[in-house]
Amino acid sequence: MAKPPVPVEDLAETYGPHLNYAPPGGWQDESVHPAEKLVKTHCCFCGQQCGIQLKVRGNQVIGFEPWEEFPFNRGMLCPKGVKRYLQGNHTDRLLEPLLRTDQGFRPATWEEALDFTARRLRAIQERYGRDAVAVYGGASLSTEKSYLLGKFARVALGTRHIDYNGRLCMVSAGTAYKLAFGVDRSTIPWSDIPKAQVLFVIGANIGDCAPITADYIWRCRDSGGRLIVADPRMTPISRNADLYLPVRPGTDLALLMSMLHVILRDGLEDRRFIAERTVGFEVVEVSVRNYDPRIAAEMTGVPPEAIEKAAHWFARAERAIAMHARGLEHHSKGVENCLAVINLVLATGKIGREGCGCTMITGQGNGQGGREHGQKCDQLPGMRHLEDPEARRHVARVWGIQPDQIPQAGYTAEEIMEAIHRGEIKGLLSICFNPLVSLPDANFTREALDRLEFLGIIDFFLSETAQHADVVLAGSLQEEEEGVGCTAEGRVVHIRKAVDPPAHARGDTDIIVDLAHRLGKGQHFPFRSPRDVFEELREASRGGIADYYGITYEKLDQQMGVFWPCPTLDHPGTPRFFEDLRSFHADGKFHFQETLWRDSGDPVDADFPVYLTTGRVVSQYLSGTQTRRIGALVDQYPEPRVEIHPRLAEQHGIRDGDWVTVTTRRDQITLQAMVVRTIRPDTVFIPYHWPGRRSANRLTHRTLDPRSKIPEFKVSACRLQKAAGPEAAPDDRAARRNGASGGAR
Amino acid sequence: MFGYEFYVDPSRCIGCRSCLQACEECETHRGHSMIQFDFLDRPNTIGTAAYVCWHCDEPTCAQVCPADAIKKGEDGIVHSSLKPRCIACNNCVLACPFGIPKMMEPQQQMMKCDMCYDRTSEGKRPMCATVCPSQALAYVRPEQVAARREKPVNVFYFGNQRITTKVYMMVSLERDAVVLDVADYIWEEGREAVASRQ
Repeated sequence: MAKPPVPVEDLAETYGPHLNYAPPGGWQDESVHPAEKLVKTHCCFCGQQCGIQLKVRGNQVIGFEPWEEFPFNRGMLCPKGVKRYLQGNHTDRLLEPLLRTDQGFRPATWEEALDFTARRLRAIQERYGRDAVAVYGGASLSTEKSYLLGKFARVALGTRHIDYNGRLCMVSAGTAYKLAFGVDRSTIPWSDIPKAQVLFVIGANIGDCAPITADYIWRCRDSGGRLIVADPRMTPISRNADLYLPVRPGTDLALLMSMLHVILRDGLEDRRFIAERTVGFEVVEVSVRNYDPRIAAEMTGVPPEAIEKAAHWFARAERAIAMHARGLEHHSKGVENCLAVINLVLATGKIGREGCGCTMITGQGNGQGGREHGQKCDQLPGMRHLEDPEARRHVARVWGIQPDQIPQAGYTAEEIMEAIHRGEIKGLLSICFNPLVSLPDANFTREALDRLEFLGIIDFFLSETAQHADVVLAGSLQEEEEGVGCTAEGRVVHIRKAVDPPAHARGDTDIIVDLAHRLGKGQHFPFRSPRDVFEELREASRGGIADYYGITYEKLDQQMGVFWPCPTLDHPGTPRFFEDLRSFHADGKFHFQETLWRDSGDPVDADFPVYLTTGRVVSQYLSGTQTRRIGALVDQYPEPRVEIHPRLAEQHGIRDGDWVTVTTRRDQITLQAMVVRTIRPDTVFIPYHWPGRRSANRLTHRTLDPRSKIPEFKVSACRLQKAAGPEAAPDDRAARRNGASGGAR
Repeated sequence: MFGYEFYVDPSRCIGCRSCLQACEECETHRGHSMIQFDFLDRPNTIGTAAYVCWHCDEPTCAQVCPADAIKKGEDGIVHSSLKPRCIACNNCVLACPFGIPKMMEPQQQMMKCDMCYDRTSEGKRPMCATVCPSQALAYVRPEQVAARREKPVNVFYFGNQRITTKVYMMVSLERDAVVLDVADYIWEEGREAVASRQ
């Protein structure tokens, strides 16, 4: 049973999170021992994948320098990018494999740890069947590692069950884009954003979660563009919104369908585009008939005039772009929400031209690249569908196996955790994923982890999930292996290796390849470097949707990244989709999709009358495994707070800074209130980056979108109560200052 | 850098504090940030503002310095106090109308933004303006800023004190100066204060 061997507070004493403030050698050291080289690479945090130069001395990253020539961010960085270098030389860093004992963890040799891992995985598969072992991947992995992991699960382990934490990110958009366009990628490069006359941003906290994109939006406004922002909270970009739509959580679909209703009612649709380039319009036309703005206003809390104005602005503009992110996608109707955006874009013919289109703002580090080449449960490399016989033949040939040896589609991320909970899956190998913090209903996740017969973790820090592990294989940071990533734009970029993994830590690629050898499948894993993996990936993706065949590391350097698809070596890449007005579907048409309203999976009622929505802050990244260890980032926003409108706060006698207990149908947590007029009075917001008693995901629920299987993080029902003080929180005592006056090691 | 100017536009600020974090990475004062950052009124707005030293043409900090420790270069940059001269009296800290100078207690020296003198003298842009994701802090050529919605001004009134500066503030098109008068914020009988009108 994979329970933490000792209280997690004791593990935290040793493994952190501790806070690192200063570079190796201390703040003054660089003036004495300057950097030896600058490595041009990309930030490891968030889907923007900003270009950055890492200062390297010896085998340590000691700082950064902006990389102004990289065209996407031109030197710009958010605070996470500025401070990212502090995670390499960190006292919490895992420097050797760990095996669990009754007293905690003990160091092990690689031979021992890898033998143990392979033996346990094999034993479980022999006893319970191949599918009793699942693999979790992560979207912060390089594309090579993502590809390798998919192949490892299917070829070395032969299990159906591999999925990744991108399932918690933009899969609703991915599903919708595949249905409508036949391809899962932003339809535009970011350089189109300043060219639009209207930007419609819905469910995207760009200021906190994609900060560099703010500059693109402001440049659009400089050229006279108008900005529409729909969000239950006034997020930083709403300060310059020309129209702000305070949509009630879970009702985006009604807003979007009503906008289409207005467009059709007022004859603003592009009849010619619809007739010549699309299919399915008639059904959509009927489906929005009842969404009069008055009705939608009651559902959404957005004034009918504002809905009409948004519809008119979007439709009448010659060039307009719709931008959306997790706020639209984290719903049990997340796919419908995204389809409704696409329907707006298609009905007004805003696609395939400069300054036109729609984009999901992919959130995770390699959120785009990580979902293209085979760590998704239903996909093979090249964004091929796992059940497509031609795709299976092609990939099986590249892999040197028979097509029927490729397992069928398995469970998605949350479904894997549920299968663990009910005892169907007994063993889990997880890399770059911290489900205990990032999956919904964290108590359920903890129960499930406790029931595993074997939990193997590959990671560079002992995350909260890794505290449950039987074995922890000390892996590599992004800057410790070469590879590629794909940005939110669809631009494939070259991640250069800056340093070797420290001490006895190893590259993730080597660890996975060694495990494959121990599982008796070494002949399929002849890789000696990430470059070898990339060369095979090029072949495996060839002819697929996400075709990387024409991409090489050298070409990425020369062109500052290449937009896929790039089918041949002389192909320049594809920044903007559909310039020939053909979709990726076989018929070349854009497919309107019907959207049907349904309620959230955790509806508000008399007992739980307030909406709870969750999200991110600018200084933290995802489950915080990395950013909760960087002192300057922690200081910027040390603890999660509950954002409450004064009207709601007053009802409960809550003042700014008071402790508040937030209770949902799952659990309760107690945090300090932040009383602000920048959130709807019927809604509270809590950021989710923290574990234990500060974990917003103890409150969220496991309702999934039926198609994308994304959890409904953005709407739960809760109630509030003023509390006398914090709950005793022993699990957080390790988060204290360390290394404030010098290097952390 | 020749032909480049510094522009501050609080209306573009997204509150990310990248400037603060990056400033303390600069080699001449590593570990200390010289950026000023404020939430304007968090209970009521998400508005934030980040700003650097304005580098006054006639710097008040230097005028009030009894030790003649604060120097303005020919390029218009007002520097941190000269360590051998500075007596850590805090006159500059108290007198600066913008609240820029900081007294560094351990070394008993006033330090302030010098617009990344070490970087600009090597042809690099200042750190904060390079990283700023929303370009609320920008170090660019005037023609680039001319394309913006706002216009640059470098005339400030603090009561009757008129200050002209090297750094520009972006303001709405109808304004020619930034005027701040405490009197506007004081409640007097028969006259509502500006603050309560907002």
